[in-house]
Amino acid sequence: MAAAATESGVSRWQYLDHIRRTRGPFNQDSDVSEEALATLDKTKILVIGAGGLGCEILKNLALSGFKDIHVIDMGTNSYALAPDTIDISNLNRQFLFRKDDVGKFKAEVAAKFVEKRVQGVKITPHNCRIQEFDEDFYMQFQMVVCGLDSIEARRWINATLVNMVDMENQDSLKPLIDGGTEGFKGQTRVVFPTLTPCIECQLDLYTPRAAVPLCTLATIPRQPEHCIEWAHIIAWDQEKPFPSLDKDDPEHITWLYRKALARAQEFGITGVTYSLTQGVVKNIIPAIASTNAIIAASCCNEALKIATTAAPSLGFEESYMMYSGDDSIYTNTFKYEKKEDCAVCGEVAKPLEVNPNWTLRELLDSFSTKADLQLKKPSIRAEGKTLYMQFPPSIEEQTRSNLDKTLKEGLGLDVNHEVAVTDPAFPALTFRFILRFA
Amino acid sequence: MTEIVMSQTPPILHGPTEKEKKYDRQLRLWAASGQAALEAANILLVNSGAGTVGVETLKNLVLPGKFTIADDAIVNEADLGVNFFLDESCLGKLRSECCTKLLQELNPEVQGEWFPKKEVRKTHLVDQDSCAGILDLRSTLESSSTFTLIMYTHPIKEELLSIIKSYATEHKTPLVAIHSAVDTHPEVEKTTDLRLLNPWPELVEFSREMTKDIDALDDHEHGHLPYVVILLHYLEEWRQSHNGQNPISYNDKTAFSKFVLSKARTNNPEGGEENFQEAATAINKNIKAPELEPGVQEIFNHQVSDEIERRSSFWVIAKAIEAFYNKHGCLPLPGALPDMKAQSTVYVKLQSIYKTKARQDAQEVLETARALPGGKDVDPAEVDLFCKNARFVKLINATPTSENLDAIFDAETMNDEAAEAMKVETDGAFTLPMSNLFIYLALVATSHNIASTADEIMSSITGLIPKAAGSQRVLEASQEVARAAGGELHNISALTGGMVAQEVIKIITKHEKPGSLANLTIRHIHTISPFWLEKAGDVIVGPQTLCGNARLDVRQLLNVA
Ligand SMILES: [Zn+2]
Repeated sequence: MAAAATESGVSRWQYLDHIRRTRGPFNQDSDVSEEALATLDKTKILVIGAGGLGCEILKNLALSGFKDIHVIDMGTNSYALAPDTIDISNLNRQFLFRKDDVGKFKAEVAAKFVEKRVQGVKITPHNCRIQEFDEDFYMQFQMVVCGLDSIEARRWINATLVNMVDMENQDSLKPLIDGGTEGFKGQTRVVFPTLTPCIECQLDLYTPRAAVPLCTLATIPRQPEHCIEWAHIIAWDQEKPFPSLDKDDPEHITWLYRKALARAQEFGITGVTYSLTQGVVKNIIPAIASTNAIIAASCCNEALKIATTAAPSLGFEESYMMYSGDDSIYTNTFKYEKKEDCAVCGEVAKPLEVNPNWTLRELLDSFSTKADLQLKKPSIRAEGKTLYMQFPPSIEEQTRSNLDKTLKEGLGLDVNHEVAVTDPAFPALTFRFILRFA
Repeated sequence: MTEIVMSQTPPILHGPTEKEKKYDRQLRLWAASGQAALEAANILLVNSGAGTVGVETLKNLVLPGKFTIADDAIVNEADLGVNFFLDESCLGKLRSECCTKLLQELNPEVQGEWFPKKEVRKTHLVDQDSCAGILDLRSTLESSSTFTLIMYTHPIKEELLSIIKSYATEHKTPLVAIHSAVDTHPEVEKTTDLRLLNPWPELVEFSREMTKDIDALDDHEHGHLPYVVILLHYLEEWRQSHNGQNPISYNDKTAFSKFVLSKARTNNPEGGEENFQEAATAINKNIKAPELEPGVQEIFNHQVSDEIERRSSFWVIAKAIEAFYNKHGCLPLPGALPDMKAQSTVYVKLQSIYKTKARQDAQEVLETARALPGGKDVDPAEVDLFCKNARFVKLINATPTSENLDAIFDAETMNDEAAEAMKVETDGAFTLPMSNLFIYLALVATSHNIASTADEIMSSITGLIPKAAGSQRVLEASQEVARAAGGELHNISALTGGMVAQEVIKIITKHEKPGSLANLTIRHIHTISPFWLEKAGDVIVGPQTLCGNARLDVRQLLNVA
């Protein structure tokens, strides 16, 4: 990396090189030989996501001396068929995109921009879903940095990296650095797969947004959001003003807004606006550039520390840094414990409390809101027999009748029976549970 | 979070405007009025040193407003390794001009300006001996329309700083100093003030009316009593059996919570009542001894130094709020009511009782303020804002003495010993944040001469606090700060730039408390190695270990430098 110094004695990477060549009180044992310094040039790093966080991450890695960067951008959720393209609402936060770029692939535009600005860095874009690549693809990188807004994609890459670890082969262990933001808040996490707590171990940190009870929506709304959800869930279904709801169609949103507004007026509730309607219906997470800047910088700082040992990184002791700018600035780092019943990196089945009188359908529905599961399309087996499978259609049909049977009477399940749950979003995972009756 | 104020009549078939679409994600965080304030903002960055952190800050702020960069450095190779808003073609040109142009390219609606217009000499501002740059700054300030906010980066020449400060005093411009490490106002636990221990007659009447035959209510009515009403009702019963005392202590609160839960009906189809659950959960946060936050107390205790300060609207309103507090034993009601299980009509009625009371309180404060010297033209909107945030207002400027430096040093050293002990005792399961005072001290020592050696930093610190000489953490901090040798690492600059931008946004959109509109010194990490990132992060912050006062003192410390 060390570019030749110019006449003035100033070289391009002098600030970074100086830190790397000079041991400090906290990295007394670091190797600061020229050979050790040169390894950064050969480090191949993967960035997942080219949105608000991803743009910042690419810029920061390029200016941290990483030379070989790949970026995957897969779209706003992993079920999306097409890679994400640039939308006008991206322009103000995603500083690598210009008006002319609207409609182009994010990964491509971002890669090209940073390559042009920072001499000597090579950035390879991939416009597809992370699930389209196999282990061989991920094996080529030394590290993965995630800047995603999808929990599902995080869980997928986490499970993949954990499964890839082969104790015989040191290179199979790929540190995962994960950043996330919401409004003025954010977090950075570092996972050394199989060695330190993984994303799945910490899944209960992302509590799915508590759904408002239907009865509140239907009979006792109190907040503008309740009126909007009513229009969205109940009124739309009853009246079907358009064949299907397109959340990007202003006409549809306007219909919902009017319905919600009328309902709000009926109950004397204020605060229903077009913008709020859109926000609730599309579940838009407010985002600002500065929070992305903070979290991305913190992620890349961890990447640099891991790659260079210039200072101790997050991971083995504290592994989670939270940041909140909501009220002044607050940050703290935490140590998490690995969960031995983690579906990804643990060994044992987890106890699951159920009501014996539930139907199988009720049990499966509960998996979507359970903080440590969050499964949308679960299939379930117990004691060697299939209770319900979402795919293929023939099996689905054969097992559908089980959905309305109760767990104990109908299906013969009992305390200490083990059940195995799978979901097409995480093909590599089996969630094992030991039943307990509440 | 700020309510989103937007037109009630959306464009039917056109949807939001292009501009609304572009700023959609941030409009969701602050009102359209906040957005307008950002658009009207005119920000000056006085840049120096390695120069990246200020530019990264501006990048996060690039909004349709205006910005100006004053920086007479000439772009060299090292700039290209750390600053994203420069490229090969900038080598040898003015850094101010090049950064302005590449920032402006981010958003065609933004207006960017730079100074000086011509190269003055081929060195950085700090290295300069002549006053050419200083004269420039003076004329920059004179020839520009008034700045909304000025940011400057350390190290900075004292002459430049004094020009900036006198401009700020004259125009009441918030100043943001960007150096290194950490500081903003402390976190105060967020609570909504429901005034359960000090209710006003309308609230009491409303609640009594709903609960006068509480046991005769049918299950539906009983299960939809709002928790505010439940708590007011059972607080009355509690006081009757506890010599008129409220449940304030931890034990009493626990007992009261059990008492409330015991009143929930369980013989209904649901086998319990959600609203009583909500009530029990709300006890801890909402039943509190009427104590003032230390920051508020300090505002009340503050002696204004001169007539100009006395007549500033901030102090006039503060005085009026103090008068309110002395008269009623509580601060003005903020007025917000959290969501809770209730019938729609009941909730809306309760909401309006809180809102009406908040308006009355603000009106009373406004009248008091207007009767005070200098208060004739106090803006009702400012009074409203102050009343809503009265519990969080803090004093930021204060003068230090060497005794309290010593006391802070002792307290922070003790904090670290406790943190160490905790870590050993719990085998790392619980950690207390380590103090950041030592990092501060090391950074402050490099305010005007960033490339100091560890020894120079140490001797500057021990000059202020002799007993720091034997401290291992001070030594380590000095070594680590010296290690950076005045350079910037891009990640640290980007991180700091993000934090500064967040604070600036809060100041400009007034999302933040009015107290912080006083001159604000933000020092974040930027000259130091990555290690400090999470360590300083730990330390900045933990309200558990750094009490509000200690932090105010740390701020005083910074003003010494
Ligand atoms: Zn795990």
